[in-house]
Amino acid sequence: MAVFGSGSSRSLGGRGPSFGFRFFCYALLSVLLMFWDKRGGWLDTARYGLQAAVYPLQLAVNSPSAAWHWLEESFTTRETLQAEVDRLRGQLRDQQLITMRQAALAQENATLRGLNSLLPDVIEKRLIGEVISVEVSTLRQRLVVNRGGNNGVFKAQPVVTGTGVLGQVFRTGPFSSEIILITDAEHALPVQVLRSGVRTIALGTGRATSLELPYVPQNYDVVVGDVLVTSGLGRVFPFGLPVARVTKVERDPTQPLARIHAAPMAGIESDREVLFIWARANHPAAPATAAELAVEVPKQP
Amino acid sequence: MNFARREPRWAVFFSVLVALIVQVMPLPDWLAVVRPSFLGLVIIYWGIFAPHAGGIFAPWIAGVALDVFKGDVLGQNALAIALMAYVTMTLHQRLRNQTLVQQSLFVCLMLYANEVVVWGIEGWSGHSVSSHWRWIQPMIGAMLWPFIAMLVGRTHSKN
Repeated sequence: MAVFGSGSSRSLGGRGPSFGFRFFCYALLSVLLMFWDKRGGWLDTARYGLQAAVYPLQLAVNSPSAAWHWLEESFTTRETLQAEVDRLRGQLRDQQLITMRQAALAQENATLRGLNSLLPDVIEKRLIGEVISVEVSTLRQRLVVNRGGNNGVFKAQPVVTGTGVLGQVFRTGPFSSEIILITDAEHALPVQVLRSGVRTIALGTGRATSLELPYVPQNYDVVVGDVLVTSGLGRVFPFGLPVARVTKVERDPTQPLARIHAAPMAGIESDREVLFIWARANHPAAPATAAELAVEVPKQP
Repeated sequence: MNFARREPRWAVFFSVLVALIVQVMPLPDWLAVVRPSFLGLVIIYWGIFAPHAGGIFAPWIAGVALDVFKGDVLGQNALAIALMAYVTMTLHQRLRNQTLVQQSLFVCLMLYANEVVVWGIEGWSGHSVSSHWRWIQPMIGAMLWPFIAMLVGRTHSKN
């Protein structure tokens, strides 16, 4: 440690390298790190390890809010719990009503598609993760979740909640992963209007309550209230997961494109749980692969 | 003599750790947008009052930790904070004799330099997501400086 100045060398000057030289070394190291990080490669592995190193710190940051949640749950009154149970019962009844016809519909669908047997669900496996309350940045829509590479979580894995698509895995560590939400300004998601089949791309705005659909031509059929689902393109999300509901459609006749805004359906509930999903490969609704997306251009005679 | 001048290494370690935690603590949105760089404030403090305790190594490592925490480009905050530490340390003898208000001005300048470096690197790496609030944060930081300085000052004896 003598290099960094031990007690005895203080204010004597001339002992050990100067601040300037040391700063130069660290600055050079930072710049090299930035370049390597941009290019990817072995630094990704180092970063994976570093994620593990800061995980205890993240848990420490999370502990006050975790303790608060725990206290809140421990001291809820009987009435509150009863109300919660009643609400959940009602919800379960509604869900049962919806799923009652599911089997029949699946059978019908298989017959229509001319299949011999029923298709299994496109979601093969799921994993519940809990959000760690860590502020990544106020300007970015990111989350840290307590599941990582050790649980089989991989980069660009779809993450959903009970109500819709939340985002995808941006970076993994051994015990935790960072999720980029669909509302992040750097996220774009291929979607489809459920009613009319119009396909487009939903961009994040950086605000938790809003998505933007900037690439829809004026005359396309999108109205307020339309449900957007994932289109299965883009190689990440399987087809048909609910994404958002259209909240605003502005058509300015002088512009070629309409201005459309939508509100995402997924939200972090009070239990702060999210679902990582694995899509079944070779399923019609699975995320399209590169080979399927390749378009053959007919040769001009 | 040597014994009396022992460097407050543990104080540096713990104050930097606490600053890191405060830096990434979830806050309500209206509070989070004005949260200054507490890490920067603590680094400046140690740069002035114990430049040899952590050297530039401690600030740099803290910066790397912040990068991993925030998912930024690795080295981005590390460079900005190392720069801040370096400038503070070269001027530490002059700064030590200034009043808290004078120091605040210097702190404000440093935090602005920090923001500019981070902002520039974000732009270069193509992850630029900015808001006007970030240019308010250094001023808040400068206002908090006297309190931070007094608080961190309690952790070690100035001789």
